Amino acid sequence: MTAKLRSTLLAPTLAIAFSALLCALALLASGANPADALGVMIGHVGKGQVAVDIVNSTAIYMLAALAAAIGFQMNLLNIGIEGQYRIGALVAAIVGSALVLPPVLHWLVILVVASLAGALWALLPAILKVTRGVHEVLSTIMMNAIAFGLAAYLIRRDMFGILVGNNVSTEPIPDSGRVPGIDLGDRGTVFGLVFLAVVVAAVYGIVMKRTRFGFELKASGESPTAAAAGGVNAKKMVVVSLLVSGAVAGLVGMPEILGRDHAYTLNFAAGYGFAGIGIALLGRNHPVGIAFGSLLWAFLEKSKVALDNVGVPREIATIMQGSIVLSVVVAYEIVKRMDLAAEQRRVGRALGTAKPAEQVGGDGK
Amino acid sequence: MTDTESEPAQPPAVALTGITKRFPGVVANSDVHLTVRAGEVHALCGENGAGKSTLMKILYGMQAPDEGTIEVGGEPVRFRSPAEAIKAGIGMVHQHFMLADNLTVLENVVLGAEGLHGIGRRAKARIRELAGATGLDVDPDTLVERLGVADRQRVEILKVLYRGARIVILDEPTAVLVPQEVDELFETLRSMRADGYTFLFISHKLDEVRTIADTVTVIRRGTTVGTVDPRTVSSRQLAEMMVGSELPSPEHRHTPIGDDEVLRVEGLTLRTQDDRTLLDSLDLVIRSGEVLGIAGVEGNGQTELVETIMGMRRAAEGRVLLAGKDLTKAGTLARREAGIGYIPEDRTRHGLLLTQPLWANRILGHQTRRPTARGAMLDIAGARRDTERIVEEFDVRTPGIEVAAASLSGGNQQKLVVGRELSGDPVLLIASHPTRGVDVGAQAAIWDQIRSARARGLAVLLVSADLDELIGLSDSILVMLRGRFVADADPTTVTPEDLGSAMTGAGSDRVDHIEEGETR
Repeated sequence: MTAKLRSTLLAPTLAIAFSALLCALALLASGANPADALGVMIGHVGKGQVAVDIVNSTAIYMLAALAAAIGFQMNLLNIGIEGQYRIGALVAAIVGSALVLPPVLHWLVILVVASLAGALWALLPAILKVTRGVHEVLSTIMMNAIAFGLAAYLIRRDMFGILVGNNVSTEPIPDSGRVPGIDLGDRGTVFGLVFLAVVVAAVYGIVMKRTRFGFELKASGESPTAAAAGGVNAKKMVVVSLLVSGAVAGLVGMPEILGRDHAYTLNFAAGYGFAGIGIALLGRNHPVGIAFGSLLWAFLEKSKVALDNVGVPREIATIMQGSIVLSVVVAYEIVKRMDLAAEQRRVGRALGTAKPAEQVGGDGK
Repeated sequence: MTDTESEPAQPPAVALTGITKRFPGVVANSDVHLTVRAGEVHALCGENGAGKSTLMKILYGMQAPDEGTIEVGGEPVRFRSPAEAIKAGIGMVHQHFMLADNLTVLENVVLGAEGLHGIGRRAKARIRELAGATGLDVDPDTLVERLGVADRQRVEILKVLYRGARIVILDEPTAVLVPQEVDELFETLRSMRADGYTFLFISHKLDEVRTIADTVTVIRRGTTVGTVDPRTVSSRQLAEMMVGSELPSPEHRHTPIGDDEVLRVEGLTLRTQDDRTLLDSLDLVIRSGEVLGIAGVEGNGQTELVETIMGMRRAAEGRVLLAGKDLTKAGTLARREAGIGYIPEDRTRHGLLLTQPLWANRILGHQTRRPTARGAMLDIAGARRDTERIVEEFDVRTPGIEVAAASLSGGNQQKLVVGRELSGDPVLLIASHPTRGVDVGAQAAIWDQIRSARARGLAVLLVSADLDELIGLSDSILVMLRGRFVADADPTTVTPEDLGSAMTGAGSDRVDHIEEGETR
């Protein structure tokens, strides 16, 4: 088991080290000192509300990455998280502002509505995939574009929008629908829904490991043919996993809306969906991996502003994010093959047979 | 068979001396000695995993030996890549064809060897010349996708000859051919042998080895156990050299067949989307304790029949009844739950999750049933326990149940699949090529398991390309051709040759092209 743990950690560690090296080289090439840049970024965490911002962002990234991971488990690339969480947030904000309910119930209803809206936005790609064979990457990208257009339309002042100061937003959600956070004074406020991310991650972990659904999902991802022969209904799995992925994606906007903004505004943050895809890759679809990946991502995202102060382009953090994902994918594949080869040798040794080692390389597709 | 003894003075075509190849923790080859005379067909026999392929990879320059020497034509050589082996006149025809379907024969042959004779008229002339000289007759301008298996193999052989090979390694060349095609291949090999070509023929089909080979070298557990003249030893003796023990034979043993009908298939018809008929109103009945064998050249609908009965394909017409219950509309899972066990023809594609541990593979297909599940939750402890039982009962050689399925040898993977599919008291077992690609020891074990399950009243639908296996295990045999049952045979009287001609439509037109490619 320790060997397994070691090899699980080996890939991300290698990848992060490699991408740090790449960034250091990029910094040196542009004439900056990598050690200074890193020092400034780490030092920035202690300032003002940055630490709390990082925690809050971590939760949001986790939700987005978990949504992506559900699809990845069966090799479905849900690129539509971006659109799904936007629609989820918008619909939840509109419905939430119109309802009058006691506090806890009110949040729960809003969360359910957000999930349903996100799932609904994933439904069309799912149907297109199983009935017409349309690849989910294409359809979900199109649904993203539609989501942006639809959101812009729905927030017009002749639809659901109102003017708040200089900004257009939906009607504010009443107090009963606002999720209280943990107020740390000058340090900021930790969103209450940070815990939602932890719960979703835990449920995801248990479902993947312990339930029939998780088993069928992973089996479909590893070998669709073997899964089919084992009685897994491929079409059903595509629909269910895309819907669940969309439902989790629908929650991505909730920490900010229920914890801070209390409405869907024109400034609603974009890009969490795409970040989630990268983080799911980085965390290898594992809930703990995703949590750490999200933390790293949030750190890079929030402390990169400090780089401007020392004359380093903040885009270096973006380079690092990209190179981490790229190198983790490569490193993981290499470590996986090494592991399999090592295990085959171990089996051969344990049995004392001259197991043909050519199968070691031959079977790895 | 004419005697083509070479003169004693002539150096051997290939001499491997004291070859040892270690992989960390494993000795794949140890102290292998192999001498191949020029102009002979030299067979290399051994179980799966005995080290044949490693040895051939060393000879073909894909791997370097740790110890030992290789001589080709008397000259010591050290190949660092297949390109160097090709230059020295050694070519290899792999078991799985490496051809581009969407290119012509000519294009496939010259691909990567454009420097030799260009890609135009000169190349075509050279191919025609080679084809004429060797009898490997294929039209250079045909698209490979239109060719049957036997013709594809000819193209593969042409490919290595075109590159100047005089010593050709054939890796299990007959695995994909019907008996008649095997005869044709052997005719070609004999005439090429007369022209001075040397063949290294890898196989574990002993009868064929005895038919074609001038010399047989047996390899076991990574080392050569002996070189014999096939005319003086029997297949049984050879097999015993291979496994190093007395081996059981698939002799027919009668057990009474029950009265109750387990599987009834009525008018089963399957069509492709463009309305071609793959299965043409098939009827069959299997009773408890009965093994029904299906013979046929691959691609004549056996795969489709099995997958339709399993619910992986939707029948256009007809019904499937299991113990009187209509399963025609049921999905694969419901059919499994109703008591069908399924050994798929390709265990790595359809039978196993290769990177998952053995106990997770135990769950596949049983994810709704005890002991591997309770309601929507998996019962991992139960799955582990039952995997231990399978490992024990079915003699799966593994250091534990936590290892990935991919790390087992083919035979042990298959024993795991058989053990799983016989779990949960099935009433019907669908066994598609249950011993394909497994070693002799595992084959005997699997036969025994199927036999004893039959004795307990299991009904078995057996599809196999191994005619001895079909005859040895079945209570009755149906022959399938172009999606129809064209003949039935009594396994107590029929010979493999009879079956072979029935499978090809009694020698009428060629049938190996049928539905190929459509089945994937």
